Amino acid sequence: MFGYYLQLGFRSLRRNPVLTALMVLVIGVGVAASMTTYSVFRATSGDPIPQKSSQLYIAQLDNYGPGESDSEPMPWLTWRDSLALMNAHRAKRQTALYPIGASVVSDDPTQLASPVRGYAAFADMFPMFDVPFQYGGPWSAEDDESRARVIVIGKTLNDRLFHGENSVGRELDLDGAKFRIVGVTQRWDARPRFFDLDNHRGFGDLGELYMPFHRAIDDHRMPEGGNVCNRPSKPGWDNFIRSECIFVSLWVELPTAAAAADYRRFLRDYSNQQRDAGRFTWEPNVRLRNVMEWLAFRHVVPPEARMSLLIALAFLVICLVNVVGLLLAKFMRRAPEIGVRRALGASRRDIYAQFLVEAASVGLAGGVLGVLLTGVGVLGIGLVFEPAIAKLAHLSISLLCLTVGVALASTLLAAFYPTWRAAQVQPAWQLKSN
Amino acid sequence: MAIEIQLTDGGLMQIKPILAALGHHKAGTTLIAMQIALTLAVVCNALFIIHARIERLSRPTGIDESSLIVVNNKWVGPIADVPARQAADVSTLRSLAGVADVYPTNNFPLMGGGWQSGVRTKPDVGNGDLATAVYFVDDHAVNTLGLRLVEGRNFRSDEIGSLEENGTPDAPVVMVTRSLATRLFPEGSALGKVMYIGNSAARPSTIIGIVEHLQSAETSIDEDARWKDVTLVPMHLTWSQVFFVVRAQPGQRDALLKSVPAALKAISRRRVIPEPHGVIAFTDIREEAYRSDRGLAWMMGGISLILLGVTAAGIVGLTSFWVGQRRRQIGIRRALGATRRDILSYFLTENLLISLGGVSVGVVLAVVMNRWLMSQFETSALALSYVVIGALILLLLGQLAVLAPAMRASKVPPVEATRTV
Repeated sequence: MFGYYLQLGFRSLRRNPVLTALMVLVIGVGVAASMTTYSVFRATSGDPIPQKSSQLYIAQLDNYGPGESDSEPMPWLTWRDSLALMNAHRAKRQTALYPIGASVVSDDPTQLASPVRGYAAFADMFPMFDVPFQYGGPWSAEDDESRARVIVIGKTLNDRLFHGENSVGRELDLDGAKFRIVGVTQRWDARPRFFDLDNHRGFGDLGELYMPFHRAIDDHRMPEGGNVCNRPSKPGWDNFIRSECIFVSLWVELPTAAAAADYRRFLRDYSNQQRDAGRFTWEPNVRLRNVMEWLAFRHVVPPEARMSLLIALAFLVICLVNVVGLLLAKFMRRAPEIGVRRALGASRRDIYAQFLVEAASVGLAGGVLGVLLTGVGVLGIGLVFEPAIAKLAHLSISLLCLTVGVALASTLLAAFYPTWRAAQVQPAWQLKSN
Repeated sequence: MAIEIQLTDGGLMQIKPILAALGHHKAGTTLIAMQIALTLAVVCNALFIIHARIERLSRPTGIDESSLIVVNNKWVGPIADVPARQAADVSTLRSLAGVADVYPTNNFPLMGGGWQSGVRTKPDVGNGDLATAVYFVDDHAVNTLGLRLVEGRNFRSDEIGSLEENGTPDAPVVMVTRSLATRLFPEGSALGKVMYIGNSAARPSTIIGIVEHLQSAETSIDEDARWKDVTLVPMHLTWSQVFFVVRAQPGQRDALLKSVPAALKAISRRRVIPEPHGVIAFTDIREEAYRSDRGLAWMMGGISLILLGVTAAGIVGLTSFWVGQRRRQIGIRRALGATRRDILSYFLTENLLISLGGVSVGVVLAVVMNRWLMSQFETSALALSYVVIGALILLLLGQLAVLAPAMRASKVPPVEATRTV
């Protein structure tokens, strides 16, 4: 029966090629617009580290006091607060972290040095964030304490400098000082970079360099991310890091909800201690957010991505309303045919089946067109979004399947009312009026 | 021709029978009206967003954009050497052929992000949300950027201080934009008055000059309220990374894009000038800064056009169906003496009635959608003119879309009345 309905469907679609083409076009365009914008939305709103995101928390502490309007504490910590919290060792793992920049000085004196972005962190960061290694591994806790000149580099930097060979044990000249490479990470595509949101909203290229936190501080490495001072610090690096200027993120791994509750209490206790010591003059105002809460708080999804997705969805709805109208016209024009089929013994179910199959074939064709147009749309994303975000959105098998699926499902949804009307056709009335 | 017929008495007299006929096509009528309503809601909001974005990206920076280039430079080596190296670089660039003027800075219009600071007019009283972008400059900035000084004077070379790393921006003398001056001192001139950059610990800064306009470095839409509030602070930077803003002599800009980095490399190669955007013409900076605004405007425009097309196609499709269905009735009317004009005007009026229904629902939807967008994004209230323009576009579109099927209907011969379908 299905084959027969399909045949009937194709015959009917061929009978009004313009109307059919119009429906296919409308579905294709509507679905493609939604899918293109969805691909951006998906790329920017995903979970960067799904296996761990509910166990990784960032600590926030109010060291500025109640502001004029905002009751949220600032997103970063001071150097001393982050270290005090680190040294309490209240979490399973913990790392203070801030983005840094370095210049790789080439052995070839005719070459300019090249800039590299990276992070000052503790050895715990690597297992915490499940950083995959190609060669070697993290530095040790002793390296952290002894402020060793060791680094972990990323695959891209290793490919560029050492042609992808195992560079563990080799040395790199950073701003005139030699650092020993202890590990090379694999490509690590966690996006958005939940721990580095101040660089292209977390969608820029990942830093390619990791350095022990204390080493970076000793070397006066300026923070290359957020950096806020509510009161001026005296000149010089040592005064800067000991001031109330904030630039460090403290990430902790807390495996259970109970551990998170304990940690929150610990943050409040710490804040209270600071008040007792006379540094804070306000009630503790602390936050402990896990990865997804942090991304939501920092509004990582670009407003353009949300706005265009919404407009595209409205667009799809209008296209569907349009398809309902066109299908209605198409099906009702065949009332006499329906009348004859019903009179010859076809049940309402049969009529439903026949017309839904016909609609599905339109939906399928619309889906195929939609896939093509989505491809074009994804290529054009760079026109709307900044390159860092545009290159994240790409065609994948899942997106293609989704495109066809949405086309099919929405066409069937749109076909429901016209099909119902078709099934209501009274055979006697149709036969008589003919 | 269509509109003119539309307005004849005959056309208006037909409204009652048309309404009765529409009652028999509730589904189709509702679908067309619904589509018009939704399209109107989306199109007028889209037009409004386009307008807002175009307005945003045509904001003037206040600087002579077409003759400026920016060099992103970072010195490699001991930080103590930076002041001397910076001075050497700047003096070399100033004497380079084709260069009109140069100054080193931390920040420039449309760079994105940058140094923001609170400002106040009294040391111990906060001024609410008043804040300013801080540009560290020397006495060459006004000339390099081509700023228009409306009051006071430029910095003298002996007034340029030295900003130690993470030091404070509270210089004894500063220049501000007119917008910031008015915000700080709504009554009377700000010239010669004292302001405080930063918090209560800041030292007083006397305003010695007011420039007509200079845009802040922020490109984020959240910061739009402060886009004209900038303070120029006379400081030599002692950071390893600075931007050189270079003004080219007429016609020399493109040549400088090559000769400036070459001159810097000739001085010393112990520096980083990142590829590919280390040396960039300001016109390209503007292009990049507003890319997403322009892109969103194009996308909204494209979606609106396609939507109007889809809606028109829907009207053509359904009306054609109705015409096909009513061939016999049309034939009867023609046989009873209705002219072809009457038939044409019947369908045009019918469409007008449906469109009016759709438009009136659409106006409400448009406002609801705008309110919702306002609550979600940084958009402002929809101007009435957009709703009116949108409504007119849709009414006109409906009439145009219905014209072809209506013409076909008017060509149905009276003899059709005697035929069975």
